[in-house]
Amino acid sequence: METVEKKFRGRHLLQIADLTADEIMGLLNTAYKFKDVSEREIKKVPTLRGKTIVNLFYEPSTRTRTSFEIAGKRLSADVINISTSSSSVTKGETFKDTVLNIAAMRPDAIVIRHGSPGAPAYAATIAGCSVINGGDGANAHPTQALLDLMTIHEKKGSVENLKVAIVGDILHSRVARSNINALKMFGADVTVCAPPTLLPHGVNALGVKVTHNIREAVADKDVVMMLRIQTERMQQGLFPSLREYSEHFCLSAKVLKSARPDVLIMHPGPINRGVEIASDVADGPYSLILSQVTHGVAMRMAVLYLLCGGAES
Amino acid sequence: MSNGILIQNGRVIDPSRGIDGILDVLVKDGVIAEVGKSLSASGAKTVDAEGLVVSPGFIDLHVHLREPGFEYKETIATGSMAAAAGGFTAICCMANTKPVNDNASVTRFILEKAAAVDGARVYPIGAITKGLKGEELAEIGEMKKAGVVALSDDGRCVMDARVLRHAMDYAAMFGLTIVEHCEDEHLVKGGIMNEGETSARLGIKGMPAVAEDVIARRDIDIAAYLKRPVHIAHISTRGAVESVRAAKALGTAVTCEVAPHHFTLTEKSLEAFDANYKMNPPLRTADDLAAMKEGLRDGTIDCIATDHAPHAKWEKELEIDQAPYGIVGLETSLGLSMLLVREGVVTLPRLVALLSTNPAKIFNLPGGTLKEGAPANICIFDSEKKWIVDPAEFVSLGKNTPFAGKELVGKNCLTIVGGRIVYNPSNL
Repeated sequence: METVEKKFRGRHLLQIADLTADEIMGLLNTAYKFKDVSEREIKKVPTLRGKTIVNLFYEPSTRTRTSFEIAGKRLSADVINISTSSSSVTKGETFKDTVLNIAAMRPDAIVIRHGSPGAPAYAATIAGCSVINGGDGANAHPTQALLDLMTIHEKKGSVENLKVAIVGDILHSRVARSNINALKMFGADVTVCAPPTLLPHGVNALGVKVTHNIREAVADKDVVMMLRIQTERMQQGLFPSLREYSEHFCLSAKVLKSARPDVLIMHPGPINRGVEIASDVADGPYSLILSQVTHGVAMRMAVLYLLCGGAES
Repeated sequence: MSNGILIQNGRVIDPSRGIDGILDVLVKDGVIAEVGKSLSASGAKTVDAEGLVVSPGFIDLHVHLREPGFEYKETIATGSMAAAAGGFTAICCMANTKPVNDNASVTRFILEKAAAVDGARVYPIGAITKGLKGEELAEIGEMKKAGVVALSDDGRCVMDARVLRHAMDYAAMFGLTIVEHCEDEHLVKGGIMNEGETSARLGIKGMPAVAEDVIARRDIDIAAYLKRPVHIAHISTRGAVESVRAAKALGTAVTCEVAPHHFTLTEKSLEAFDANYKMNPPLRTADDLAAMKEGLRDGTIDCIATDHAPHAKWEKELEIDQAPYGIVGLETSLGLSMLLVREGVVTLPRLVALLSTNPAKIFNLPGGTLKEGAPANICIFDSEKKWIVDPAEFVSLGKNTPFAGKELVGKNCLTIVGGRIVYNPSNL
């Protein structure tokens, strides 16, 4: 672990491409060690005592923010949450000024969730500490991809050469982009499935196969990742109704019959029961949705520990 | 001034008369008195232009001066001086100020301000529609009387084809050309960069090339139908260039301009999420860039215009979807355009035509020639001069350029407007 620590200390985590496959495996191994901490009665280690982590969230988030907060606290770091609805941002402060002001308080890491692609990357150039991308627009959500890899790894024992389908709003999904990048680093064969209006023009650049048929998408896959559908997209005229969407793209028990018996079903949450995933499938035996959330804490502990340079233990 | 200026031994290029040779130019009483070999003039200030190019002053048909309303970005004075520094003797300023230049009083305000500046001449472009709203025609006749040289709602497209049609017809009565910002607003809504493989990878909202293609085609068709001229601003897509080429072959009175960034940069630059690469139209693909060069080579593209769009530093430091579109261009135009000569896309005389003679013709402006009797609007530039772009040295208030730190070859040395030397930093 000594070498892994040295490699990460003081760095940023902005996108999957910032990491090598070896480094991702290093993060996974570290996360496994921290997963045990969450299973203990006293869920706290002193590793990041005296370190300060700021969660700067410009978009509403329950899972990611709570996950980073719990991760930091279980490592004994001081964690401060700033959400823009209750900050100077409402008084017209620019993003740059907000970041500079937080940086002036000398945190060890800032986790940034922002609706604008590239905002964390810009912050990294001025923050003077580690910046972790907690999701930026439709660009990237690297810790989600890492925790998804960990979840698959735990079940399959490997993340090499997987066959994966990602179904839903690929166009607006940072989760899809980061997962595609991460999975492909390990030789995955990725298929995306969505109506053409929810695929980016130029989707070929993502290096994935494309289908509009969910049965075709899930057939022979090791992993099926479902993405949330926002009703806002319907108002933008990208599909006519939730009912019609689910008729074609909902992962139902019936659709699941086309899948392999050992398929893993994942979803980054929050789920819309009966829209993109049937209730019984979400709660069913193939579903890893809650396991993803558990691994989220472990992976974020690993990320915070390695970037903030925890004390040698 | 009465004794004039004698520019000696420069490479004089005057595309308006097909002149390219080592000659002298004598300026007297604000006009070009003589162009010839070994001229002499007693008492005239002599300028040694050996090794330099003597050219008609550059003319930029597309500049945003920001005054009135956004003086913190640029003023008429700073913009006019920045233009002079870049070798421009005339610039045309777009109407999207605050208030909009959609009536004669704003036009007169701009011209009064400009008259007090010892820089490039400023020619206002009036709005096509009131408030740039694309609904009702602006007071075109009144603005013409006050001094506008063309009409444009630039920054916005005239989306209603019926309004555009009436504008073309009505403007023709005053001899004014409609300049269109070709962009289907519905297709680009919320877009930040060109739509394609890069935007797909980065998850950045795209502005498809077809949004420019369809409007360029529409405007050309309407112009052809009405037999009226139309000038397409900042052309950036292969499709639009091909439409212009086809229309010209059919005799339609269509002209177009290209900005230097559209023949030097591509959408890939956006990978750094730097808002200095955010402009409208956006940086396109390598194929579009190649189409710009083909259009410049074969004459489909008539001129180079900067779309100089100054913004405050802090505005370009906003999140990429909130930062404003545009970059400054007046002081980098020559250096970037010289790349076309070095790459063999155009000859130096042809580049001079793209920067001076051709734009003068499109809006029927004085200048663009070194003919005896013409106003003495001249720039003298060093086509071999290597320099590093340092925005801190810009005369423009706008420092927003993606070319900071880049080495360019070709720099303006001296600018004469109406017989007066307005820029001469190295005291030639």
